Amino acid sequence: MMKTLLSAVALLASSLAMAAGPAVQLDKAPIDLTDKASLQNGARLFQNYCLGCHQMQYQRYSRTFSDLDIPEELGMEHLMFTGEKVGDHITNNMAPKDGENWFGVAPPDLTNVARVRGPDWLYTYLRAFYTDDTRPFGVNNEVFPLVAMPHVLQELQGVPSKTFETRLVDGQPKEVYVGIKTDGSGELSEEEYDRAVADLVNYMEYVGEPTKLEAHALGYKVMIFLLIFFVLAYLLKKEYWKDVH
Amino acid sequence: MFKNLMSWIEYRLPFMDKMNLHVMQYPAPKNFNFWYFFGSLAMLVLVNQIVTGIWLTMNYEPSAEGAFASVEYIMRDVEYGWLLRYMHSTGASAFFVVVYLHMLRGMMYGSYQKPRELLWIFGMLIFLVLMAEAFMGYLLPWGQMSFWGAQVIIGIFGTIPFIGEDLTLWIRGDYVISGATLNRFFALHVIALPLVLVILVFLHIMALHEVGSNNPDGIDIKKDNDGSVEQTEADKKFTFHQYFTRGGKKVIVDAIPFHPYYTVKDLVGVAGFLLIFAWVIFFLPEGGGYFLEPPNFEPANPLKTPAHIAPVWYFTPFYAILRAIPHPFMGAVAMFAAIVALALLPWLDRGRVRSVRYRSGLHKINLINFCVSFVALGVLGVLPAVGIYTLLAQIFSFTYFAFFVLLFFYSKNEKTKPLPVRVT
Amino acid sequence: MSNAPVDHGRRRFLTIATSVVGGVGAVGVAVPFIASWNPSERAKQAGAAVTADISKLEPGQLIRVEWRGKPVWIVKRTSQTLEQLALTEENLRDPGSDVAQQPVYAQNRHRSIKPDIFVAVGICTHLGCSPTYLPNDFSEQVEGIISGFFCPCHGSKFDMAGRVFQGVPAPTNLVVPPHMFIDDNTIVIGEDEGAV
Repeated sequence: MMKTLLSAVALLASSLAMAAGPAVQLDKAPIDLTDKASLQNGARLFQNYCLGCHQMQYQRYSRTFSDLDIPEELGMEHLMFTGEKVGDHITNNMAPKDGENWFGVAPPDLTNVARVRGPDWLYTYLRAFYTDDTRPFGVNNEVFPLVAMPHVLQELQGVPSKTFETRLVDGQPKEVYVGIKTDGSGELSEEEYDRAVADLVNYMEYVGEPTKLEAHALGYKVMIFLLIFFVLAYLLKKEYWKDVH
Repeated sequence: MFKNLMSWIEYRLPFMDKMNLHVMQYPAPKNFNFWYFFGSLAMLVLVNQIVTGIWLTMNYEPSAEGAFASVEYIMRDVEYGWLLRYMHSTGASAFFVVVYLHMLRGMMYGSYQKPRELLWIFGMLIFLVLMAEAFMGYLLPWGQMSFWGAQVIIGIFGTIPFIGEDLTLWIRGDYVISGATLNRFFALHVIALPLVLVILVFLHIMALHEVGSNNPDGIDIKKDNDGSVEQTEADKKFTFHQYFTRGGKKVIVDAIPFHPYYTVKDLVGVAGFLLIFAWVIFFLPEGGGYFLEPPNFEPANPLKTPAHIAPVWYFTPFYAILRAIPHPFMGAVAMFAAIVALALLPWLDRGRVRSVRYRSGLHKINLINFCVSFVALGVLGVLPAVGIYTLLAQIFSFTYFAFFVLLFFYSKNEKTKPLPVRVT
Repeated sequence: MSNAPVDHGRRRFLTIATSVVGGVGAVGVAVPFIASWNPSERAKQAGAAVTADISKLEPGQLIRVEWRGKPVWIVKRTSQTLEQLALTEENLRDPGSDVAQQPVYAQNRHRSIKPDIFVAVGICTHLGCSPTYLPNDFSEQVEGIISGFFCPCHGSKFDMAGRVFQGVPAPTNLVVPPHMFIDDNTIVIGEDEGAV
């Protein structure tokens, strides 16, 4: 009994030690929830590149359409592929068991992924794939080493690989890692690809908390109201306390 | 007609008399400062938790299969569900903020000293039940942190020699945390513990009104009516319930009726508190990952431990003490002792002077030592227990307990300043 | 302590002002609690309009679709059935459909948009049983009328336009839900885009 707990504590300690900070510096994701065009493009990218394996099982199509100003007919035509109803959740028909067989792990649901990982992580992660022939899908990831996911955006980015430069370190020429470069075979240029990923992450950030803008709008009103109430309560207190002071 | 009805009721249930006793004619010292806001704020948060909690149960589903999805349902499908949920989750953290400050107030001004020992004990019981309530509530969203946090905390009971293993099995009702655990925690969280909490709060206030409120000077405002104390004009201005003068045996000085003076003052405190509270609810509901932890947005998965398990911030000072001790059971004992020590304050402090204002410099330093240790342990409880952090946690655990030990010894013959006769 | 006389006017004004603003705040706080009782998005989606394909509906055939948890009938009436609607009007309780049990566009003899396609909520207006469709044997209930609806619970009878006969427990005609035709073969039940 003591042993099990000790090993549990040891396990805990080691898992905590692993969490001592990300290995890679994360890039700041340019999130703008008011940018409807960006969100719409993000939704389009999600439906085309992610939904095959990942669901957003708590988000309804109708919610995405109305929040992103996408007319229902247009949305049904361009963003819904499997004949669901507009009020249905954004799901696919892949069984979790199949996912496990194909990838080793079932692809996680992405409704809340931006709240679990944070947008910066997602933004960096989706731009951090590189060619690695030792991996089943031929790619690895700098942010998420040994990730089971293939590089689904490769047709957009091109084939990315780690590049090295010869630099002088302490007077000696050395191979220095300088980042990931693509071979330019993708549909998008480097800047366009970054922009596309930013749109996709922006959309995932929105889906993580679709009420955020509504909360902020209501929040300002509540704060103004409370300020007025505070001033009145303060004056009232001052007035009554004239009896005491 | 109305008057007759009122007196008919009053004869059978003296409602107005009780209102006078506890509100309109309750003598409160006139020198309360802002530290005295936190009692009424704790009441406000309690009401917030109960009401939003009731509303959340209307759509929450206490089952391992449905819990996580039902929280997402509340957040996305129920009208204003997100607001009700954030009010409740932020309220939990706010509860501990105000309760910790309320307790610190009591420690600063010696509010636990004779004759307020029982009042303090009730308060500590409230704190204990509140921790249980918060812990069980945190399991309900059935996220990764819910699951693994509960795993770790239930594991603490497993360190008890001989019975530990069986005890954890009994608490969980299963070999792992499962739907059975979730359901019993739900029942306790929404019915049993709130009921106990409300009863304890009632007793806490009754005990307070029996002995009367302490104040920043820590001196009595009810003096023996032996002619040694002269009432000023100001003292004669207000009427207090005859219960408090004990039939003329006591004279009340430097007091004002709770209503309207402290009701309007507390209203300012409430408005100020709500400004901060609403700001967090609307703009920072995750509290930077401390009120709602990121891994908790992922459903519980018994096969996958999150990389970094940290309890919610309000448990971290005690959690740090637990981890600082290398022996698991002794760690659990130390953690429990850290709470018991607080409860024993009325007897560990053997001083006669209540308020830190008139106590020795040593006591002031010791009190600062306590605050620093508590906050430092809180920070360390969030951080991984590695290397220097473990050492620091051990040091601050030591200084935490040192506060009580030192207090016990120096308080007997402490060099204090002379007390004023009247509050300042 | 000041001995200045209390300014009762200011005190009363501030008390009232704070109370009013506080009251507004209390009402504001009540809003989310009250609003959360409205049908949720899930309930609304479950209650959303349903689409039915009637391309394979034969004359005389009845199909059921579920709308808001209730059976909705879609019947294709034969020309003989339509002719018979006029026969027994003196035995009906509300032959002119004066009671608003249907949208205005279905307030006619056949109680429908297109004469042959009848859409109705298949729930008896008496106590909520679902009446039985008798395509050929209704004359046992009402002489000379071939088809109609008969409620097995308490014997209420309706003609092929869902109009209730006299002398049965059901007080009103069957309910015709809002509906519309997208094209000749597709009906949407539960939505009529404000048509009248």
